[in-house]
Amino acid sequence: MIGNLPYIVVGLLFTYGLFAVIFERNLIKIAVGITVLESAVNLLLIVYGYRSGGNIPVFTLAGEGSSFVLPTPQALTLTAIVIGLATSALLLSIIMVLYRHYGTLDVREIRRLRG
Amino acid sequence: MRHMRPLSVIARVVCNAFAWFMVVFGSYVIIHGHLTPGGGFQGGAVVATALAFLVITHGGDFALPKLKKELFIGLEQAGLLIFICAGFAALGTTFFYNFLANSGGLFGASIPLGPNSGVLNSSGTIALMNMAVGFEVVGGLSLILYYMLHGILQNLGSEEMGKEETGHDR
Amino acid sequence: MSWTNHLPALVVAVPLFGAFGAPLVSLGGRVARNVWFLFFAAFSAFLSLLLWQHVVLSGTMVYVMGGSAWNIPLPSGMSLPVRILLEVDSFGALLALIGGICAFAGALFSLKFMEKFTGLDKYTALYLLLLSGMQGMVLTGDLFNLFVFIEIASVASFGLVVFWRDRPEAVEAGFKYMVVSTVGVMFILLAVAFLYGRYNVVNMAALGANLQYGLPEKVALIFLVVALAMKCGSVPMHMWTPDAYAEAPAAVTCLLVAVSQASLYALFRICFSVYGLSMGSSAVAWAIIVLGCLSMFVGVSMAVIQKEIKRLMAYHSVSQVGYILLGLGVGLLALGNPQEMNAYGMTAIKGGIYHLFNYAMYKPLLFLCAGALFYAAKSRNLNSLGGLARKMPYTTVLFLLAAAAIAGLPPFNGYVSKLLIYESSFAVHPILPVIAMVTSMLTLASFVKVFQTAFLGPEKEALSQVREVPQSMILGMGLLALVILGLSLFPSWSLDHLITPAAEALVDKASYVGAVLGGGF
Repeated sequence: MIGNLPYIVVGLLFTYGLFAVIFERNLIKIAVGITVLESAVNLLLIVYGYRSGGNIPVFTLAGEGSSFVLPTPQALTLTAIVIGLATSALLLSIIMVLYRHYGTLDVREIRRLRG
Repeated sequence: MRHMRPLSVIARVVCNAFAWFMVVFGSYVIIHGHLTPGGGFQGGAVVATALAFLVITHGGDFALPKLKKELFIGLEQAGLLIFICAGFAALGTTFFYNFLANSGGLFGASIPLGPNSGVLNSSGTIALMNMAVGFEVVGGLSLILYYMLHGILQNLGSEEMGKEETGHDR
Repeated sequence: MSWTNHLPALVVAVPLFGAFGAPLVSLGGRVARNVWFLFFAAFSAFLSLLLWQHVVLSGTMVYVMGGSAWNIPLPSGMSLPVRILLEVDSFGALLALIGGICAFAGALFSLKFMEKFTGLDKYTALYLLLLSGMQGMVLTGDLFNLFVFIEIASVASFGLVVFWRDRPEAVEAGFKYMVVSTVGVMFILLAVAFLYGRYNVVNMAALGANLQYGLPEKVALIFLVVALAMKCGSVPMHMWTPDAYAEAPAAVTCLLVAVSQASLYALFRICFSVYGLSMGSSAVAWAIIVLGCLSMFVGVSMAVIQKEIKRLMAYHSVSQVGYILLGLGVGLLALGNPQEMNAYGMTAIKGGIYHLFNYAMYKPLLFLCAGALFYAAKSRNLNSLGGLARKMPYTTVLFLLAAAAIAGLPPFNGYVSKLLIYESSFAVHPILPVIAMVTSMLTLASFVKVFQTAFLGPEKEALSQVREVPQSMILGMGLLALVILGLSLFPSWSLDHLITPAAEALVDKASYVGAVLGGGF
């Protein structure tokens, strides 16, 4: 009944994230764009695990259902979320140090390495 | 210092009531990781949020000197070493093999078949590694927040740089 | 001995243990930390040598992580592999060996090079974590595990590139590297998600057995090729390479070069063993050849005009990756056709893999020599160096050796691999070896310029206090020089025993799949 809607949402989120990374000028907005990009891909992984009419894949809590949703993409997504957290923390710390050195958050000013 | 001032009295009272509750809830999520959704990373993130909660409501000047960095470093190291030693200890069969499951000892109880309310003492090295990852995430995320908040204080009071950043050369 | 069956897991787990224990051991002082670091780097290099020897003698090894028996890869009742497998064939073992040697040389070098800086316990932990991630990339048999190890290696390298955080240029380089790398790796994860959604497995052997080349697989292949080519620094995506390689400490650049080779391994493993012959057309092979030619030419053109020594070498790094892409692209082009394969395909693949090995030996040596110059003369700008050959004889000889190897002068190993690439690419189209030879000439020109400026000529007054670098740094550089000399003096032995098993293992998709699925798929 939901059809292709989750995939369209993933595509839109991925495009928004990519546009933010490419076209935004503020460093923090670039970091937020990367976070949106990661969320889009994690959503895609979970959507691939859905089986209609499935119950939660925990054997002792599932009740009387006969089919489960797949638990493997949930494990893959958890790993990807943790990796995304580590990347975001490092990215934000680097932005703090960049602000201390250059005094600005505009990415067009931070261009000492050229050519 | 205009930034990182303590928030209002209502926020501080609610924080005092709820911060330790978050630690308890996070520990519940970590310990029951092999029975319910959750586990090491999720529970560890909940516990580390308690630290952020405390620092933001009580203000950086008041709260940050009371935090001891060595506690978090020790938690993180303990978690990492338990994890990797649990992997190496199973090297008799394969790396990371679950040698404690169904064995009757620590974490070794067996699980009855069919839907039931779950046995906490089961599933061997999975539960042990869950707790190790929980310690490590608590320590690691708290350290990230601690260093970032110190960095904010240093950025804003930039005329006096902290003594920890010495020793580089250009 | 039965413990040799655990070697694949040990090669990944031993540096990981070293990384986790490093902050604890550093509480015991400087000597304890240095001993721990050196011991784990040396032990990992030794284990990777044992692994390579075992794989060449006994064939492809499959290791089940957490499974009940390491010699039965399939759980009972299921016909698809559902556990995390490590699958090591000769090509992967060769790359693990390369990684081990580069890491050991860099560790020896960084004992004295980094001693004036604080935070060295975290440097040790990050370095060993980067080594562990790189070894995991080349030994794994599973696409999602490949993504996880690429991310482990990338995040560790982000921390190491910005290690000199008082320099604004280093932090800027680290930021640019992080943004480009994270977007690229998200594309890899998207490709893995597409393949998982179609086939419900992430294991590379099972995917190779069941793959049918429809539209989602084409899109996934494009994402994977572009993202992995970005990770090794080939041309349209090479912007991060000069900045990150130049601003990182020299020992870290040594290991970053090895990590870029591991991503080349991942690229060719996916093209040959997962997709293989199911790619109907030759479009992907031609795309890789074009990327290779562009990288060669643009890299060396940008390198001739540089004034800073490490940035110049980083642009040369871009152009050398182009050679490897050209060689393996030609091999991919010839894959479907056994007669073309006999004529030039195997030569191209052997040339590409041999060039990969050579590049991973002489390029880190060049970066370590630049680091030694920086340590002694405190500057990286060519305009302020000069006449250092009398003061630093060992560094001069090692630099000369590495520069001759990269330029492809006849006795050295660069010549052998470039000859194989010229021969095989001529059979495809005559213009390809022309581009390669022009690149080789420009490489020689720029290294003559660097050698003459930095080492020959009259002494400068500002450099009168310069002395030779300490012994442990010379030892680190000497290890790489020893391997280069070995490859140069015994080219036919190394071609037969090192490179040919790797080339045959890469091309043979049936044995890669059969090692896991048990033959007959």
